[in-house]
Amino acid sequence: MRSEPVIQVQALVKRYGTKTAVDGLDLVARTGVTAVLGPNGAGKTTTVETCEGYRKPDSGTVRVLGLDPVRQSGELRPRVGVMLQSGGVYSGSRADEMLRHVARLHAHPLDVDALIERLGLGSCGRTTYRRLSGGQQQRLALAMAVVGRPELVFLDEPTAGLDPQARHATWDLVRDLRADGVSVVLTTHYMDEAEQLADDVAIIDAGRVIAQGSPEELCRGGAENTLRFTGRPGLDVGSLLKALPADCSAAELTPGSYRVAGKVDPQLLATVTSWCAQHGVMPEKISVERHTLEDVFLELTGKELRS
Amino acid sequence: MTATGTGTYTPKPGAAPLPRMIAAQAALETKMLLRNGEQLLLTVVIPTLLLVLFSTVDIVDTGAGEAVDFLAPGILALAVMSTAFTGQAIATGFERRYGVLKRLASSPLPRWGLMMAKTLSVLVTEILQVILLTVIAFALGWSPRGNPVAVALLLVLGTAAFSGLGLLMAGTLKAEATLAAANLVFLLLLVGGGVVVPLDKFPSGAQDVLGLLPIAALSDGLRDVLQHGAGMPWGDLGILAVWAVVGLAAAGKFFRWE
Repeated sequence: MRSEPVIQVQALVKRYGTKTAVDGLDLVARTGVTAVLGPNGAGKTTTVETCEGYRKPDSGTVRVLGLDPVRQSGELRPRVGVMLQSGGVYSGSRADEMLRHVARLHAHPLDVDALIERLGLGSCGRTTYRRLSGGQQQRLALAMAVVGRPELVFLDEPTAGLDPQARHATWDLVRDLRADGVSVVLTTHYMDEAEQLADDVAIIDAGRVIAQGSPEELCRGGAENTLRFTGRPGLDVGSLLKALPADCSAAELTPGSYRVAGKVDPQLLATVTSWCAQHGVMPEKISVERHTLEDVFLELTGKELRS
Repeated sequence: MTATGTGTYTPKPGAAPLPRMIAAQAALETKMLLRNGEQLLLTVVIPTLLLVLFSTVDIVDTGAGEAVDFLAPGILALAVMSTAFTGQAIATGFERRYGVLKRLASSPLPRWGLMMAKTLSVLVTEILQVILLTVIAFALGWSPRGNPVAVALLLVLGTAAFSGLGLLMAGTLKAEATLAAANLVFLLLLVGGGVVVPLDKFPSGAQDVLGLLPIAALSDGLRDVLQHGAGMPWGDLGILAVWAVVGLAAAGKFFRWE
């Protein structure tokens, strides 16, 4: 079903002075929700801002809804909604005033009052933007991105610093957008956000896409999974290892607690339990640990701290 | 993808008609300006105070005739500078700093439309200033003369010159630097630009240089027409035109949106 590409980026290179922010990046985002993950400084925002038409590629091609974001900006802008990482609002304007203004720039905007209600911005009243809470500012920026009824919405870290209520409200809105056929491209540092929302995840590091797929695909492939069980201490791990496929490992971590690492599938589970049966072992507390997106992310991008 | 939602957010994109976008943008910009206390101080309070104070109290020798006849044209020039240059530079500098220009750049409103809206907003503000200051000046006994077309031409060219310089500053300096510099320039030009202090009070060498400033050309031109009933003050119009072309071209070339 998710066939239409909404974004096609090919061999994108973007440099700032001597620093290469994006280094030959290829990315295809299709209809639905695409999450772009990556450590700080990986090139996420540069990539997204190039798609939004803010930056001109040094080389490579970028197409958004089939259009060149720089040269065909006039045609593209009404069709996309943009939420910046911060700011974007007159410091002296009120939330509803700014939202109504953005609505006026569009031909068929959403019902502003309903959107204000939905995102809990009604309580902002006459407070000017600079005095709103961070969460209110964030939700206003989100509302501004969707009010023009766009086909595609860019959200740059939409829930950074939000409380759990506001986070869930944002997630619910993204789900509703998706259900109504709006495509969403979002950057985030929250793996649970990507797992919850995204049909497709692209992991960017050092200016390139290093992995892409559905959250399930990413968690299944690449990273090894783990199977744990407890039994009597001192089982013959060597014999177990012989029964397992070649790329698996097995170890007794603490007396009576065993771990098998490798590509954990139903076949492997059956192999382990039949080995236990042959050796008269009752595998108690048997568990399969699925890797989370966070495990995959850390495995791919390493654990050292970034800028 | 099959829509399974309620249809509330079903895409229906489209830009509003250009005139509507520009009018909405100009209205919002004007509202922001009129809501801002510091801007009102600059554009309304200071010109009004100077006009009333210098007309009623004999502080500087304004030459022969009623003081208000000398002062009103200078104060009108100051009003143009306060809105087109100082106010616009400060507001735009902070809009750039807070990502407003960036966000609007991804809206359906084209950049030239945003600039046109800013110009409209400046013109609307100036009209309000001119009405207010004219009423006050009349109350103080002002008796203007001259050709209204020449006055309008001076005001428009002055606005263009000051807008170019203000946008150049806002688009190249940091917001705080723009704030400081725009206020400093306002103060210096208020004193040295023939607004309330006649240029002939300065040494003759300085007069020649000061006379080339846009504020001096504007106040001198307005005074020639409104106080002395001159026809077209071509010299002053020429100076303003040069500033306008240079300022707007430089702003167009060097303005950075982020």
